[in-house]
Amino acid sequence: MSTRQFGARVERNIDPKLLRGEGAFVDDIPLPDALHVAFLRSPHARARIVSIDASAAKRHPGVAAIYTSDDIGTLDVEMPLLIPHPSMKNPKTQRPLARGDVHYVGQTVAMVVAVDRYTAEDAAALIEVEYEPLPLEMDLAKALTDDAPLVHADVPNNLAAHFIQTSGNPDDAFARAEHVTKITVQVDRSTAAPMECRAVAARWDAVSGELTVWDGTQAPISVRGGLASVFELDEDKVRVIAPDVGGGFGQKVLLFYPDELLVPMAAMRLGRPVKYIEDRRENFLGSSQERTQIHTIELAALRTGEVIGLRDFFLHDTGAFIPYGIAVAQVASTSIAGPYRIPNIFVEFKAVYTPTVQVTPYRGCGRPQACFALERAMDQLAEELGLDRFEIRRRNLIAEKEFPYEREGLLFADGLKVTLDSGQYGKALAMAAAELGAESFAAEQAKARAEGRYLGLGLACYVEGTGLGPYEGGHVKIHPITGKVYVNTGLSTQGQGHDTVFAQIVADQLGVSPQDVIVVEGDTKAFDWGVATFASRAAVVSGNAIHKTALTVRKKVIEAAANMLDVDPDQIELRDSAAWVKGSNRFAPLAAIATASNPLRYAFNKAAQAATQFARASKHDGPPLADGQAPGLEATDYYSPSQSTWAYGVHGAIIEVDPGLCTVKIRKYVCIHDCGNMINPMIVEGQVLGGIAQGIGGALYEHLDYQADGNLANASLMDFLVPYATEIPNVSILHLETPTPLNPLGVKGVGEAGCIAVGAVVASGVEDALRPFGALKFHQVPLSPNMISYALETAGY
Amino acid sequence: MKPSLFGYQAPASIEEAISILAGDPDAVVLAGGQTLLPAMNFRAANPSTLVDIQHVADLRGIEVGTEIIIVKAMTRHREFELDAAVARVNPLVAEVMQHVAHVPIRNRGTVVGSLCHADPSAEMPMLLVLLGGSVIAQGPSGRREIAAEDFFQSFLTTARERDEIITEARFPVLPKGAGWAFDEVTRRHGDYAIAGVGCVLSLDDRGRASRVQLAACGIADTPVRLKEAENILTGTTLGASDLDAAVAASGAAVTQPDEIHVSHTYRRRALGTLIRRIVTMAAQRATQMETA
Amino acid sequence: MARTMKAAIPDRSADAEVDVSMTVNGEAVSRSVSVRMLLSDFLRHELRLTGTHVGCEHGVCGCCTVLLNGRAGRSCLTLAVQANGYDIRTIESVASADGTLHPVQQAFKECHGLQCGYCTPGMVMNIVARFEEPGKLDLTDEGIRDLLSGNLCRCTGYLNIIAAVRRAAELLGRA
Ligand SMILES: Cc1cc2nc3c(=O)[nH]c(=O)nc-3n(C[C@H](O)[C@H](O)[C@H](O)COP(=O)(O)OP(=O)(O)OC[C@H]3O[C@@H](n4cnc5c(N)ncnc54)[C@H](O)[C@@H]3O)c2cc1C
Ligand code: FES
Ligand code: FES
Repeated sequence: MSTRQFGARVERNIDPKLLRGEGAFVDDIPLPDALHVAFLRSPHARARIVSIDASAAKRHPGVAAIYTSDDIGTLDVEMPLLIPHPSMKNPKTQRPLARGDVHYVGQTVAMVVAVDRYTAEDAAALIEVEYEPLPLEMDLAKALTDDAPLVHADVPNNLAAHFIQTSGNPDDAFARAEHVTKITVQVDRSTAAPMECRAVAARWDAVSGELTVWDGTQAPISVRGGLASVFELDEDKVRVIAPDVGGGFGQKVLLFYPDELLVPMAAMRLGRPVKYIEDRRENFLGSSQERTQIHTIELAALRTGEVIGLRDFFLHDTGAFIPYGIAVAQVASTSIAGPYRIPNIFVEFKAVYTPTVQVTPYRGCGRPQACFALERAMDQLAEELGLDRFEIRRRNLIAEKEFPYEREGLLFADGLKVTLDSGQYGKALAMAAAELGAESFAAEQAKARAEGRYLGLGLACYVEGTGLGPYEGGHVKIHPITGKVYVNTGLSTQGQGHDTVFAQIVADQLGVSPQDVIVVEGDTKAFDWGVATFASRAAVVSGNAIHKTALTVRKKVIEAAANMLDVDPDQIELRDSAAWVKGSNRFAPLAAIATASNPLRYAFNKAAQAATQFARASKHDGPPLADGQAPGLEATDYYSPSQSTWAYGVHGAIIEVDPGLCTVKIRKYVCIHDCGNMINPMIVEGQVLGGIAQGIGGALYEHLDYQADGNLANASLMDFLVPYATEIPNVSILHLETPTPLNPLGVKGVGEAGCIAVGAVVASGVEDALRPFGALKFHQVPLSPNMISYALETAGY
Repeated sequence: MKPSLFGYQAPASIEEAISILAGDPDAVVLAGGQTLLPAMNFRAANPSTLVDIQHVADLRGIEVGTEIIIVKAMTRHREFELDAAVARVNPLVAEVMQHVAHVPIRNRGTVVGSLCHADPSAEMPMLLVLLGGSVIAQGPSGRREIAAEDFFQSFLTTARERDEIITEARFPVLPKGAGWAFDEVTRRHGDYAIAGVGCVLSLDDRGRASRVQLAACGIADTPVRLKEAENILTGTTLGASDLDAAVAASGAAVTQPDEIHVSHTYRRRALGTLIRRIVTMAAQRATQMETA
Repeated sequence: MARTMKAAIPDRSADAEVDVSMTVNGEAVSRSVSVRMLLSDFLRHELRLTGTHVGCEHGVCGCCTVLLNGRAGRSCLTLAVQANGYDIRTIESVASADGTLHPVQQAFKECHGLQCGYCTPGMVMNIVARFEEPGKLDLTDEGIRDLLSGNLCRCTGYLNIIAAVRRAAELLGRA
């Protein structure tokens, strides 16, 4: 047998290309004669457009066209509401170019197409727009009041959605409670900040009537469907390619961003390729953001620490529009009880319009907020009951024998009841305690304090519903000449290493090396059934689809090989890119089997001779292709999960706070995590580490500073503080592998796991470190030096 | 984020550069471009003409004298940082330089460019003020020397006339046996300072501070010499109560108003902490001298 | 219809052009370009060396890092005209002509030091530049972090890149 690839630390197929600088990101695609786009964006958060005068801009040399909402014909409509939900009363989505009102700073008002981006920016500056500024309210709670200025004139109280979910009997639980703890916590506005900003390029071929769009999107197939429908073209005539994409983290899955419609439109109208390469400032001002939620959470407990009920009410900032529905708030509300039993839950949220960039999922998608609320409340409960923070969690974690654990009444983002499928929660907590040295920490802490150093231990647990449906597909084909295996699926990749993990899955079934499996995705011409890359779903949904497909191809290979080698199918084994008769040295290469499986008339090369009508391999009774048989070694299949799989983990850290400078240093970071069977532990660790770094950004650094007038004060990487290597501590990751019973591969998603718990861990650790100064509370992230200074000041230091 | 249109000139002599500046009120000097180009890419700066001084031979190099280090206008941060002769006579330079941006920026950005930009949170202006250095300005009407404390006038504003070129900066060497230290607080490593403090001091044979220089960046609209604190510390053994007094006297130097993420109180707290630590470290590094 | 439209559309901007000559990856190149063209755009769009990436155009991310006369620098904060007469090296020059990876690149692959690969060319150029400087390398955790500071990566969380630097030092006999 070849060594099993599933579970191995296989180096990535895609790396050499990327390392040599041969990646092909949207702006790298050569498009001769391309025109370039710049947008004029609103400088006001709320205003009425009185007039737009583009005449000077149109005359500017090098300008090909300028479009305002008056010039875009049938595109001048509100863009799709992607995920409808009854909790939304009057859901608002954006027009490609503002008409009438503007609703946030950065909203697209006009589009310039010119010979280069420099000229396009010159022309954009020449467009004269007269605005009549309108009043606005940035504060979530105030925005809900009756006399608050409105983001949309016809949405009273700026209330975008209101939703309540109940599980069990929370009122009864609170009535029975021996202790209730309550806190209000806040997670601030942030953004994904992928290193490659968004980008779209389009070419219209007037002769063939084909539109090709290169889009750095996480959802090429969905974009293709949308474009075909908007432009009334056959789906076959629209090809959307997501080439190499420089990170996404959720931000690159929205249909549509204005440019995704307007760039193809301009290419069709002007008969020249058109490119829009978003710059960093625009990424801050125009591309989706996430995170602001204010939770007021109460835990009803017995004196033993057992939590019997939870009530959470939270405000969710959805920005000026709600194209992605309530997904973020819904994920937050259904993750609110974490890995704990807590059988009685009441969770209510109000989604509020604010005059800011629209909110759609960013890695974590509501989970970091829910985790922060719950875990900070658990810490407070522990303190009030005089229990150790590990102990209170130990007493509430769902035990192995309790799976599947259902939360009746809570519907997850897939519309299905929350059902935690499997895990070893208690073991994960014990591992975290051991790895952190929790037992000896108190002594270490005391010793450090004696030296004037302030150490604290931070801790948090999380769960993550992953692998959402509806479905994905896989196509697997063995190439007749090379014997290499081609695999397609409907996703696109932004660095997750799909090309390698999918190759590993297929390699095991077909007895080839992963390097001989070529995965092509992100191109609707290659495969066009599927949804998108989001919600930690690739390995689960596409992975299982590809696995199923590979099994079918395996069966075909074995049958054909048995035929060729004149043995029973159960005598065949696949390894080293060939089918072998067990215990002998007789074999047929996969290339030959693939060739022979395709009855040929013409021998175009030597290998093909074996498959022509007078050759031995094709000899059998009946017609060359039997009824119901397909040529070649190829199959397509789909996987549609019955429900989400729930990954989980425990994070902890030893944190040092310098009260003099109010700085925080993470001395040690520990992550215990379980995403079921790991296809490639190296890639899993990469995902987790990347998530933790983003989590550290969210815990200590990254915060979008919206001013009272709706301006974003830090729309640059100079002032929006994405951590460098100097800010990221060493992390020890320990894996648990509890296979999920829900899918054949036993895998759960991992893409978002790393970032969820970090904020809670850091706040918990800082509180612990500063205990000698009193019971200082840290209920908001990112946790800045200023907040520490303020807390110390309030405590008299 | 592309710059708006401008003209470009690459003069070979200082005189030529000055005459271009004198002839065009919106022309500006381009040195390393590490401040100017980001501003231009944001279209926050839209000069009519860039006068690229990198080809002016007279503006290159470092000269280390017995009392003064002369840093010519096109000297990159990294050259100043790594210069062995500089390190011998003023080890504080390299220590401060660690905190200026990152190596690839220091490879291009110039020391004098940083002084001319006069960001009050920047480290180089503070260093010049701390050491009591100066710059040489050359314009249509000749050369003049401007002392550091006169040069930095307010936020991003210097005493340089717009048709003057700063041809060099003059950083004094450290007194023999002097102790020195610098540290700052930033959000991320390499960012501009929220507050930074530098110190140079000498101890007499009884362990008393015979001379103390103390300066800070990030706390006001220019880099500041903390003169009151210097006076308080001079003649003391730099004990805890001396430091307390110095810190108390320095609070008023923090004039930067509340910002969203950095309150006035926080800046004062950070400044106090830095003063204590930096003076203590400088004292540890100082060798006690025979003279009294 | 497309045809007539196309004729009406301009092909070049009205910017005045200057001649720019430099050595890029060992080859002399000359072009006439607008004075305001950034070196990053010059490399990417005039010379089609698209391995140099652009992530911010204000000097923070480091994606655009190339070697300017042997030293790592930001191509987004350098004008093409400023680089007149310079010797420039980009990521395309790092692997051997037959595609064999440079030890730094090899180490990134072994250590899973890249995910989306967008920051990678800038990271590699910065590391290669430091490895080419004489003197001892500081391979402590702190030292490597300092080396990497100045390049943002949003995917990896850096730890595998730190491992890759160490591995590269081993491969190059600099450990
Ligand atoms: C990401 C990033 C981080 C940074 N972090 C820091 C930091 O932490 N601390 C810090 O101090 N700096 C920081 N900087 C700025 C950097 O140090 C700059 O290099 C420096 O401030 C300016 O030097 P320059 O040679 O690049 O000047 P330029 O950008 O060329 O010029 C700056 C200004 O000075 C003028 N000027 C330059 N030279 C002269 C001269 N000889 N005569 C007259 N006028 C002149 C120019 O006209 C311009 O107005 C950072 C920069 C970046 C991009
Ligand atoms: S693109 Fe040059 S540093 Fe970001
Ligand atoms: S690998 Fe994606 S940004 Fe570094």
